[in-house]
Amino acid sequence: MNTACTIGSLTLKNRVLVASGTFGYGNEVSAYTTLSKLGGIVTKSVSKLPRQGNAPTRIAETASGMLNSIGLANVGVEAFVSDKLPFLRTLDTTIIVNIAASSIDEYVEVLERVDGEEGVDGYEINVSCPNVKDGGLNFGTKCDMTAAITRALRPRTTKPLIIKLTPNVTRISEFAQACEDEGADAVSLINTLVGLAVDVRTRRPKLSTITGGLSGPAIKPVALAKVYETARAVKIPIVGIGGIMTWEDAIEFLLVGATAVQVGTANFRDPDAGAKIAEGMAAYCTREGIDDIQELVGAMQTAAQATAPGFVAAR
Amino acid sequence: MRVTSIRPVADETYALRFHAPDLAAALKPGQFLNILVSDLSDPLLRRPYSISNIVEEECEILFSVVGKGTGILAAKRAGETIGVLGPLGNTFGYTKDFETALIVAGGIGVAPFPLLTAQLRAEGRAVQTFLGARSASRVVRDGLDNLHVATDDGSEGFHGTVIGCLAQWLETHEAPAPRIFACGPNAMLRATQDFASTYGIPCELSLESEMACGVGICQGCPIERVEGERKYALVCTDGPCFDSRDIIFHEFHA
Repeated sequence: MNTACTIGSLTLKNRVLVASGTFGYGNEVSAYTTLSKLGGIVTKSVSKLPRQGNAPTRIAETASGMLNSIGLANVGVEAFVSDKLPFLRTLDTTIIVNIAASSIDEYVEVLERVDGEEGVDGYEINVSCPNVKDGGLNFGTKCDMTAAITRALRPRTTKPLIIKLTPNVTRISEFAQACEDEGADAVSLINTLVGLAVDVRTRRPKLSTITGGLSGPAIKPVALAKVYETARAVKIPIVGIGGIMTWEDAIEFLLVGATAVQVGTANFRDPDAGAKIAEGMAAYCTREGIDDIQELVGAMQTAAQATAPGFVAAR
Repeated sequence: MRVTSIRPVADETYALRFHAPDLAAALKPGQFLNILVSDLSDPLLRRPYSISNIVEEECEILFSVVGKGTGILAAKRAGETIGVLGPLGNTFGYTKDFETALIVAGGIGVAPFPLLTAQLRAEGRAVQTFLGARSASRVVRDGLDNLHVATDDGSEGFHGTVIGCLAQWLETHEAPAPRIFACGPNAMLRATQDFASTYGIPCELSLESEMACGVGICQGCPIERVEGERKYALVCTDGPCFDSRDIIFHEFHA
């Protein structure tokens, strides 16, 4: 049974990656899971300079979800190369470096700094973090800016370029089309939804930044709808993200058109979640007699296509 | 892990034990566990709990019922299971150059101290415990030595804050070579930090924080450092125990 897929020039051994910002740089959780069981690791965002992140409080739990306002805290590209990459190189899985920046030049600078480094298999470009003042959503909610970033990065690498899109726009598929037109190998969606939680005792927001990014099972229906919309608009692969906690959730994303998925918030609950989901998807395929998991991509049947047992579609 | 017992130890406050021989052998005072109370998605995240005691092959946590997660935990019965990740965090990192431990706890901040007390006892040190609570019915007494109680409503002991209680006691008692160990709400920890600084007493604080993962991947539990290359430390992996001189509480640390 084939679980692999390709994104640009890259082959993933299975379709489960762990999402940026939810798995550190891999070493933090290596004691709690078998990293080689993952299709890939998307690193915590790497920016040109180290970022301290936002002031406390940075997280708040909500109904079946969580709000975060981490603010892209990260070690910066030089420390990433010297301190984090050596461990990542030892792993038998794909390493995708997530890049965040506050200008197009900075995106280019970070990508060019790591592009020659052994162990870097591809890039995910974060144009959509809702929790930073500079860049972040300012880029991701402007289609022409998203296109310009993709256009600037495309000629700088032969490795796969994945653009991570925000759901906080009117039509996400237009952004995906712009990325496809500019030569992106794939798009990943969705990043977090802007949300807010209030402490009624203190009458203060629960996060220091007032609003933050909502993730977890609460956003899965939104994410599925955005992937479905985008899959009908572009030919490049879509990496589905949003509230995936189980293998069933992951299969849902494939059925609406995702080629691969990323597991995010579930890692906080169980650092072994990604590996379990990959195993669960494979077991499902075996049970269902599916030889290649690709058969499931976009295979959701809508009412017009329904082929329930005993039903013969009229021609 | 299999729950072996749960018993009330004060109003709306429980001690829960579970069988975990490997953890019991590995855990040190000050460390914590990240506990998943349910397979459902609400509550979604694990909750951090200090390890409060170890009895043979069983570990014990103390908790007060404050929300959905702790409500589910309080309803557990022997034989049911909980998901446990640990041991996590550092330990109380004191050196041996003190004689009198002054333990300062606010509310359920008492949680790490029965285990620390057992260790201090074994080392032959004097231990004085100052515990602040809303009222007498909320005072947890198990496993503590020389307890001095302060209550908000005056229903037992000192009427006022736990720091007021400590200050009053120190005016009339000798405490050779003291060292403070404190855990509780951030407002209390800030007051303890100030007190320790004013009186020149070495002080370790065990911090509580919102925390999604407990292992350093979510970056959700920062505490500002006084100095160093990084502005923030993480309560989960750099703490939860800190030298009181090393950290700064923000206005958001309510």
